[in-house]
Amino acid sequence: MEFVGLEEDRLHFSWISSAEAVKFADVAKQVAEKVKVLGPNKKFVKRYPTKDTE
Amino acid sequence: MDAYTDKIKEISKKILSEGKVDVVIGFRKGTLGYMSEPYMAKSEKEAENLVFDCNCRMNLVNYVTNRKDKVGIVVKGCDSRNLVTHIIENKIKREQLYIIGVPCTGLADKKALLDLAEGEITSVEDDNETITIKGDGFEKKVAKSDVLQSNCKTCIKRNPVIFDELAGPEVAELEISDRFADVDEVEKMSADERWNFFGELLSECTRCYACRNACPLCYCPTCFVDESRPQWVGKSDNETDVLTYHFLRAFHDAGRCTDCGACEAACPMDIKMRYFTRKTIKDCVEKYGSEAGMELDKRPALDQYKINDPNEFIK
Repeated sequence: MEFVGLEEDRLHFSWISSAEAVKFADVAKQVAEKVKVLGPNKKFVKRYPTKDTE
Repeated sequence: MDAYTDKIKEISKKILSEGKVDVVIGFRKGTLGYMSEPYMAKSEKEAENLVFDCNCRMNLVNYVTNRKDKVGIVVKGCDSRNLVTHIIENKIKREQLYIIGVPCTGLADKKALLDLAEGEITSVEDDNETITIKGDGFEKKVAKSDVLQSNCKTCIKRNPVIFDELAGPEVAELEISDRFADVDEVEKMSADERWNFFGELLSECTRCYACRNACPLCYCPTCFVDESRPQWVGKSDNETDVLTYHFLRAFHDAGRCTDCGACEAACPMDIKMRYFTRKTIKDCVEKYGSEAGMELDKRPALDQYKINDPNEFIK
């Protein structure tokens, strides 16, 4: 996905067991922090035509 | 090339008359001078129509999927690797096949031929070195190396990896210095540049699915783009839907693609969708040291697990 132009910090992978609540919370926090820096996603968003764009 | 054609005819007639196969899947001259089309010869008489030349751009492995009869098939180096993948994935049994291997010196790029022509092309002759384009009131000779399809320029296996009989003597394999130069070029761009590059690349796509239909790897009974329950991806020519289709197709082919070039050759809009599949090939070679379809006892890279598989991307 990075190859096609998605920002590096947009996509995250992690392996978390259902018993690893703390790890889940940590990863979620890290992901949120990184994505906040990037701002709202503009790529790969499907937009339907609206009155403004027509 | 005439020598190949004669030999293919000879072998086909022999195996059809001996009852070794029920059908030979090969090529015959197309209605356009610069195209050869897939052809199924079921009798010795029909085998007379078989040809092989630099216009045989389709991958015939596409036609053996799930067949129950005994099949003779003409394969180039790249196609033979797809045949190996087919056997590994239980789409056909080795015993059902009589493989006529063609040591391949490359195919001519359809667009390059059309650009050179000064009118309608009536025939394209190929003697492995020079290509002669004939048409209405013109005749042109070009070196084959100048009009090769781009996948043939970076071909790693010109001789078939699996065959029962060869249609000619084996040819020397290419020495390629920079196999993934095109992919490297894209990787050097910034994320935004890449996004724009691919948006531009696919802007002409009409979602005709010719690339999927030409591909021997795309044999799912219902393709994800045709599924409506659930509907994974929109069916319109909306930019995001088009991107989704091409990205996902590349992921499905990852580790299995042999870069045969049938997808690009089939595309009516001349879209270079091999950028995506070639990236997956590059990753499989670099990360797993694996080339698709080289050995019968080696499963595709993403179809097996090794303890030392790279996994830095998982946190």
